[in-house]
Amino acid sequence: MIPASFDYVAPTSVAEALAALAEAGDDAKVLAGGQSLLPILRMRLNAPEKVIDLGRIEELRGVREDGEHIVIGAMTTYADLLDSDLVREHAAVLHAAVKEVADPQIRHRGTVGGALVHADPAGDVGAPALALDTEFVIAGSGGERSVPAGEFFHDLFETAVGEGELLTSIRVPKHTGWGGHYEKFVRVAHQWSIVAVAAAVRVEGGTIAEAAIGLTNMGSTPLRALAVEAALVGAEATDEAIRTACAAAAEGTNPPSDLNGSADYRRALAPVLTRRAVLAAAGG
Amino acid sequence: MTRITVTVDGTSYSDEVEPRMLLVHYLREVVGKTGTVIGCDTSNCGACTVHLDGRSVKSCNVLAVQADGHEVTTIEGLAVDGELHPMQKAFHECHALQCGYCTPGMIMQAIDVLNENPNPSEEEIRVGLEGNLCRCTGYHNIVRAVQMAAGQEPPGDAGAGATADATAGAAS
Amino acid sequence: MTTVDDRPAEQTAEIGRDRRRKEDQRLITGRTKWTDNITLNGMLHLAMVRSPLAHAKIAGINTDEARSASGVIAVFTGADIADIQGVNITAWPLSAEQKTPDHLPMPLERVAHAGEIVAVVAARSAAEARDAAELVDVEWEELPAVLDLKEAATDAVLAHPGLGTNKSAFWQLDSLEGGTGGDVDEAISAARADGIVIEREYRQQRLIPAFMEPRSTVVDPTGEQVTMWSATQIPHVLRFCIAATTGLPESKIRVIAPDVGGGFGGKLQSTPEEFITLAVARKLGRPCKYTETRSETMVSGHHGRDQWQRLTLAAQKDGTVTGLKVELMADLGAYAALVGGGVPVLGAWMFNSIYKFPAYRFNTTNYYTNKTWVDAYRGAGRPEATYAIERLMDELAVEVGVDPLEIREKNWIKHEEFPFTTVAGMTYDSGNYEAATARARELFGYDELRAEQQQRRESGDPVQLGIGVSTFTEMCGLAPSRILGALNYGAGGWESASIRMLATGTVEVITGASAHGQGHETAWSQIVADRLGVPFENVEVLHGDTQIAPKGMDSYGSRSLVVGGEALVRAADKVIEKARPIAAHLLEANVDDLDFAAGQFTVKGTDTRIGLTDVALATFAAHNLPDDVEPSLDADATYDPVNFSFPHGTHLCAMEVDTETGATKMRKYVCVDDIGVIVNPLIVEGQVHGGLVQGIAQALWEGAEYDEQGTLVTGSFVDYTLPTAADTISFVTDHTTSPSTYNSLGTKGVGEAGTIASTPAVVNAIVDALRPMGINDIAMPCTPERVWTAIQTAGATQDADMPSDAQPHFDADAPNQDDPGSTTEGAGQ
Repeated sequence: MIPASFDYVAPTSVAEALAALAEAGDDAKVLAGGQSLLPILRMRLNAPEKVIDLGRIEELRGVREDGEHIVIGAMTTYADLLDSDLVREHAAVLHAAVKEVADPQIRHRGTVGGALVHADPAGDVGAPALALDTEFVIAGSGGERSVPAGEFFHDLFETAVGEGELLTSIRVPKHTGWGGHYEKFVRVAHQWSIVAVAAAVRVEGGTIAEAAIGLTNMGSTPLRALAVEAALVGAEATDEAIRTACAAAAEGTNPPSDLNGSADYRRALAPVLTRRAVLAAAGG
Repeated sequence: MTRITVTVDGTSYSDEVEPRMLLVHYLREVVGKTGTVIGCDTSNCGACTVHLDGRSVKSCNVLAVQADGHEVTTIEGLAVDGELHPMQKAFHECHALQCGYCTPGMIMQAIDVLNENPNPSEEEIRVGLEGNLCRCTGYHNIVRAVQMAAGQEPPGDAGAGATADATAGAAS
Repeated sequence: MTTVDDRPAEQTAEIGRDRRRKEDQRLITGRTKWTDNITLNGMLHLAMVRSPLAHAKIAGINTDEARSASGVIAVFTGADIADIQGVNITAWPLSAEQKTPDHLPMPLERVAHAGEIVAVVAARSAAEARDAAELVDVEWEELPAVLDLKEAATDAVLAHPGLGTNKSAFWQLDSLEGGTGGDVDEAISAARADGIVIEREYRQQRLIPAFMEPRSTVVDPTGEQVTMWSATQIPHVLRFCIAATTGLPESKIRVIAPDVGGGFGGKLQSTPEEFITLAVARKLGRPCKYTETRSETMVSGHHGRDQWQRLTLAAQKDGTVTGLKVELMADLGAYAALVGGGVPVLGAWMFNSIYKFPAYRFNTTNYYTNKTWVDAYRGAGRPEATYAIERLMDELAVEVGVDPLEIREKNWIKHEEFPFTTVAGMTYDSGNYEAATARARELFGYDELRAEQQQRRESGDPVQLGIGVSTFTEMCGLAPSRILGALNYGAGGWESASIRMLATGTVEVITGASAHGQGHETAWSQIVADRLGVPFENVEVLHGDTQIAPKGMDSYGSRSLVVGGEALVRAADKVIEKARPIAAHLLEANVDDLDFAAGQFTVKGTDTRIGLTDVALATFAAHNLPDDVEPSLDADATYDPVNFSFPHGTHLCAMEVDTETGATKMRKYVCVDDIGVIVNPLIVEGQVHGGLVQGIAQALWEGAEYDEQGTLVTGSFVDYTLPTAADTISFVTDHTTSPSTYNSLGTKGVGEAGTIASTPAVVNAIVDALRPMGINDIAMPCTPERVWTAIQTAGATQDADMPSDAQPHFDADAPNQDDPGSTTEGAGQ
């Protein structure tokens, strides 16, 4: 319950933070909202020598519009994201997913960027970010680079953010007019997702014109259900047609087996939850 | 050690703390606010919930140094001049506590629920409390208390919620 | 002296009133005294070094680095405190032959479960103690561990090699032998020939009590007596255990249970942590505190349940039950805990429940494994029994083809048949199962829900509806000392109370019961206010400190009110009798001419009267007392119950089952409990609600799981899934009342009722929803995956004839003492 001892710095700009990171090397941990990091430190599963707190860097907070994108600062809390009309209007599925993250207290502190870089496959932000073709803006000593969604998640707890780098923001292409729904399956409310599905669809005249589906906890990273997306496009927005299109939701996935469900069970859940997510997204 | 200045329940405190010190330990051991308690080590139970700048947080999941320059309200700062907060009154009135260990965190979160949504449905109350565990009450009367604090008519008898009050078939 | 008491003679009865609790003020404002809030000058903080292995020899412990770490005052191993550490004893050896491994708080040579403590660091701060504990280097020699209960029964791997077996004890209750009923084997044979035999094997999974306040102990060894504050349910029993095993005289030990944050049986223990904290404080001569983390609670605090139940129910074709045979295997974990092996035995009288079974046999065989020790958890023995019989009665209803309520009514004791001596030898004094069931049925809307169920079945709705019934009874008020003696239990079951009439009009009540959330301060005040005719507000209830309340048996087993409340009544009556001659003297009347009512002694046929509190003041002054009367109204009473009490109730549960995912959702829950006379309906409702959710949680969510290495994988609240407000619903509760005839107040106890009754109601509902698919069991907890798997499996193997019976049938004439481990066919898993 008491973390091992560490040094602490709280830079006030990205440049300062990068300098601190460079100085500390791989003995440092970056503290964003801390809602996943602090439990790890308390249980002494990790004992960094230095903690670099991004909490005082104002430039990393907030949601703004930038042409065809909305830009979400990495240190934007879940609660601030939920309050954002921009997100609600242009990234409905992300809004829906963030509503399901953990509990209110954790949503008040936890940050979108922190969760994405932590990259827990059971986390709820990765799948909608992936489904919405989000670009990840990463700052390092050599300046900024942008990583497309498909290249961001490398493995369990591993992302494109390298040593000495920080995720500074995500750029979400506007999905204006798309319906979005996040179908999360848990045994008790405060659990991590056993499986969850982020569905974003655009319906035109009763037919699904575009679809984007992200899967949570169906592999070591968030996954995109491309086959389902392809099958959905052009399908009628009816229960039957959507059911057929979603049947292949587990294809190509490699879900874990753990206390909450075997891999087979997760594979069975995926099409059901996908269908429900798409139906809800199409309906609303 | 790092110097921090934190306002707790309206009083400003300035202390040297180890960076690793959790806010909950700072409140309990340095400031003496033992009303805020620790129930787990994984941030599931919510017993340590306080308000940080007016929003509920789990104080085991915040470092004391992160609270530097900020304002914390604990269960001990709710009553004003001895007058209980309406949520405290409602918990008492509805018998929403038994052992009372989860109560400080539960009350702080319940207040946050109403701050966000002054007139929640039962479902919204329940979901709003999903980060707080209680092992005694079965949550029934906690939900009633939040409804009462929101000024809603309880669905049944004031204290016992959905209790049907008739005594049938007394025997022997 | 004349009366100045001007309260109306007709005051409102306190008993039955929904008084808001006296306890609440300090709890809702955060001004509570939890053990971890206590800080003493110079106090040291302890951190434990625990075994990561399930079974291992301690080959060596190097504490050098830890000793030299910052802030560290001392590091102790078992050898360092061997002379004073004491023993964690069991109070209930089931027989003279019981095998009981020594349970040292800190073992010297070998650990028998993961989480056992092998070293302790004392440091100036908790952080430094934790830091140094990480530096203690233990050299382990891993030993083979036995983890599975059925494997333990084979003795292939021994939890304690020195015992030569994993079997702790065997215990039997047989109606033929006891003269309380017939021969169960005969009944089963007859039913096999011409009747119905239901054979099932059910699993009571391992549970973790998960009280919200982690355990904490502070020991102050300075001064003449050693003071221990501890988050315990049992300060008195703990003091006895310490005195009996550490060499400290009982009179030199003061144990205080300050505000205690829940227990549910989980703090009904003398723990290694308490003994180690005491030993370190004594060695160092300084106050010491140990507060566990939640992860430590999970692995080190005792667990509950963990049984296999093999059940054979014999009935006539019309559904009249003719016999029940119960064979239990119980996993005690690594050690025989305080109640330990007695927990399954507490179920022995309850498998026959509310029914008139003519023949009955109960066998339990208890085994050791290399897992956390097991002891009482809310209900202790009775939930297991209730689960088994209520699941079986549903199965019988299906066999006979009648409604589950009908099969119960056919077999239960009719209300005019009380008092009724059961096949297990218990005499139930009162009850009315018909009334409770009728009321529950009405509140539930039973017929409407059955209609909806039918409609969903016919339409092939992916969400099916099931209705579960549980008509339960329990034995409360532990316990008549003579019975405990006959069962070889190490103590009595009495309770104690004292009343002190203070000069200024207030009343101090001292109770030996030790509340940890139950609201004794409020309920006891109501009882005393009524009995003595004093205002509720003027009664102060003191408890949980062996120096203030020197005698007590503490709180567990739904005993506080039924046993402790009766002691209170008797002490109050003694106060009145002590006051009577003084009142007569002051009123210049004859003792026999005085009536006592509503706090006033009145001379019959006159309006001359004096209030009890005025008598108390006069007694305090002692200026004008009759000869040979002591100047005190204070009185003590110790009450030993003559029998248990038998609350009962009917619980009805509707569950929706999502057949596509296996997810279940509670739709409605109604319970009508008969707990006798209710002192405070508000507190009773609270007990029922909380009990329900704990029982429901066993059915749906909770289960302690170990991996193959013996690591507890549900070792935190992340993986041990307690329900939240968002997972539960509002309940409909009501009561019928048949007062207990065994105590003056007519109370029966309510602390465990909800937990005992609700588990089978939930599982019965889920099984009921899926019955048309050929499913007749889902193992607990009924996780979505288990439900889904059952549906998939049933769908694949189902044939046209319904209901198919997937359960194994037992060998018809397997002897009861046979090693149950030889039968390894699993049920429902």
